[in-house]
Amino acid sequence: MTSITPYHTTAGNPRDGFGQLLHAEWTKFRTVRGWVIGLIIAFLITAGLGVLIAKSAGGSCEAGNGQTQHAVACGQPTYTVGPGGVLVQDQFYFVRQPLAGNGSITVRVTSLIGLSPYTGPGPVPAPQRTSVPWSKAGIIISGSTRPGSAYAAMMATGGNGVRMQWNYTGDTPGLPGAVSAASPRWLRLTRDGDTITGYDSADGAHWTPVGTVTLAGLPSTVQAGLFVTSPRQLMYSATLGSGTMSSSPTEATAVFDHVSRAGRWPVKGHGEVGGAWTGDDIGAGGLQVSPASVGSHQAAGRFTVTGSGDIAPLIAGATNDGPNITVRDFLLGTFAGLIAVAVVATMFMTAEYRRGLIRTTLAASPDRSRVLAAKAIVIGSAAFVAGLAAAAGAALIATHIAQRSGGLFSVFPEPWPTELRIIAGTAALIAMAAVFTLAIATVVRRSATAILIAIVALVIPFVLSAPPGIPSSLVDWLLRITPAAAFALQQPAPQYYQVQANYLASSGYFPLAPWTGFAVLCGWTALALLLAAYLLRRRDA
Amino acid sequence: MSLRAVGLSRTRYGSRARYGREALHAEWTKLRTVASTGWLLLGAAVLTAAVSMAADASATCSPGGCQADTAKLSLTGVQAGQAIVAIIAVLAVSNEYSTGMIRITLTAMPRRLTVLAAKAALITGLVLVAAAVAVLASVLAGRLILPGHGFTAAHGYPPLSLGNGPVLRAACGSVLYLALIALFTLGVATAVRETAVAIGFVLGLLYVFPVVTSVIGNQHWQRHLEQIGPMTAGLDIQATAGLKSLPLTPWEGLGVLALWAAGALVFGALIFRFRDA
Repeated sequence: MTSITPYHTTAGNPRDGFGQLLHAEWTKFRTVRGWVIGLIIAFLITAGLGVLIAKSAGGSCEAGNGQTQHAVACGQPTYTVGPGGVLVQDQFYFVRQPLAGNGSITVRVTSLIGLSPYTGPGPVPAPQRTSVPWSKAGIIISGSTRPGSAYAAMMATGGNGVRMQWNYTGDTPGLPGAVSAASPRWLRLTRDGDTITGYDSADGAHWTPVGTVTLAGLPSTVQAGLFVTSPRQLMYSATLGSGTMSSSPTEATAVFDHVSRAGRWPVKGHGEVGGAWTGDDIGAGGLQVSPASVGSHQAAGRFTVTGSGDIAPLIAGATNDGPNITVRDFLLGTFAGLIAVAVVATMFMTAEYRRGLIRTTLAASPDRSRVLAAKAIVIGSAAFVAGLAAAAGAALIATHIAQRSGGLFSVFPEPWPTELRIIAGTAALIAMAAVFTLAIATVVRRSATAILIAIVALVIPFVLSAPPGIPSSLVDWLLRITPAAAFALQQPAPQYYQVQANYLASSGYFPLAPWTGFAVLCGWTALALLLAAYLLRRRDA
Repeated sequence: MSLRAVGLSRTRYGSRARYGREALHAEWTKLRTVASTGWLLLGAAVLTAAVSMAADASATCSPGGCQADTAKLSLTGVQAGQAIVAIIAVLAVSNEYSTGMIRITLTAMPRRLTVLAAKAALITGLVLVAAAVAVLASVLAGRLILPGHGFTAAHGYPPLSLGNGPVLRAACGSVLYLALIALFTLGVATAVRETAVAIGFVLGLLYVFPVVTSVIGNQHWQRHLEQIGPMTAGLDIQATAGLKSLPLTPWEGLGVLALWAAGALVFGALIFRFRDA
């Protein structure tokens, strides 16, 4: 009887060889010239389209036709910068007195009426009374009268109840409901050092604190008083293929009484509080319904104040009033680069089946999930590098072109964390899309089906969101549930509830927050990978 | 080398017309016996109609007045359906290469241009049928759904009808558009042979123009890009309102797409003719 000596490999446990597996997959990837070229093409398309967009934006100003449907802000507009570097709009009518040190101001608002602009053809009729939801009337404590100063304010609004707002982006709701003579609103602000607390009341007797905020570096003497303002109304209409944005100013008139103050205010003679009030059209120069109409009138303790403008962050994007080119616009070519990456990721798996290489691969590494993991890491990393180079290249070159254009057009200045998120996020989106496509290709094994699923899931919803006129409810719905939700990583600026604007997906305002959108893609990728691992184990290769 | 020179006399194939018929028959058998062809044609029709319906259902006519081109709106699905049409055309070529079938095809039918012409004729015919069904369904859906969303005769939107000249042109033009997309893709796929590359290239080229023109600030560039892009120019055929502001007239736009298709087919045919299979 012969004994058979079982063969023992001199190599270690195959489970130890994940590094070698990675190396093997990397070798497969880098030695196929077409795949490396595919990633280079992805880089070139993404960066090249960014440069094209930057070049064409500058060119439109040189041609002198800046007012196109996607108007480019030609010339070098000067923007007001608020606390923390946000671009802001700071325009309101201010009836003020200086307050030295700590103190408080209390008023009653009995009326707030909005006036809409006249936009139609024919002779100009009297402006119409209307409700502007974010017209504001109330009290404000501001560091100075310079636009962009730190401030905190309590206000009644045209359609959003009482609010406390501070430093342009802060917003907290107070009492709901509209202001009228029958249901007036009492407002109070108290200052204690850098800390300001807002209160509201329906009857002047029972007060509720709305919010307490700290305004860093508030000077010891601040400007405090009554203010009224009313934002521009934005209209956006779109037909399939073209959209037009128009905006027109509104104004609001409010009536205040029961003005009372505590603290070191100017005195009028016998130590009694009550010096003269100064009326200022802060940030004047904007368009009013009729420029003469802003101002204030005081009689028997009643103040009637009319103002126009807004105290709010500027909203970026082609369909809004702010600087309309954002870094995100330079990265619009991402979707085309994504198609090239998806083609490479598909072939990275389907070529194994087509050439029969999969049998060699699985013979060399029998643990199939590990093969999938190694492939995912290799394609994901390669796509990340290509995506990072493309996004950083597009952003840097296009911004450089913008600066070289000599102020012919301006780019919305992003805080650096946002810019970093947009660039690194684009790379992460491309990398995760590559892994998603690889998993899909493993499941379906056929190039055509895999690339179809990848393009329909990742690219088509984005493509539908770009041109104006496709119903936004359809687009928003698609950008919530499909893997294309991850394009939210390129969102250039937050959407403010308290600022009415055209937050359209075509300007980069996606329905989901940046990382939530990315999580949707990660979820789909995880599902696809699980299914791929399961099928790869269960099926014959 | 002519057929006569390699000893294949006309007695084998008879006339040139007979040769063509044989080629058509062979290509038809190949297409017919692959399950994916039927499913993809059905998919293209269903996707086109479904996306059109979704667009109809999510459109609203605000009381202040609406500015919509209802014919174009109800044909929105063509923008999605063309992706599947492109895949049908790609597979008709690339499947032959991925299975090695191409060598048998070319052994049996050495006249390569005839093979390509037969493929093009059959794919065009099949796509025309599927597109006609999809477009009819889309127009019908628009006719039924849009009045419920404020697009009524009172607002200046009579129900969509093929009896209306511009609507008929938009509908027939959309069918032709899809057929031209198929021909363009067939040319590209013949040149590049790889399934994934061909699909990625065609869809990338189609969709890149509308996306880039949507953000470009320079009106001059924007107009030029819209005139060049196969999708942006070709879809001008769907416009029934604001024709004066179009960068091209509807038929000129479809002509641009036809040029793209002709160019791709000639390029593909040349490569196919002179390259080893």
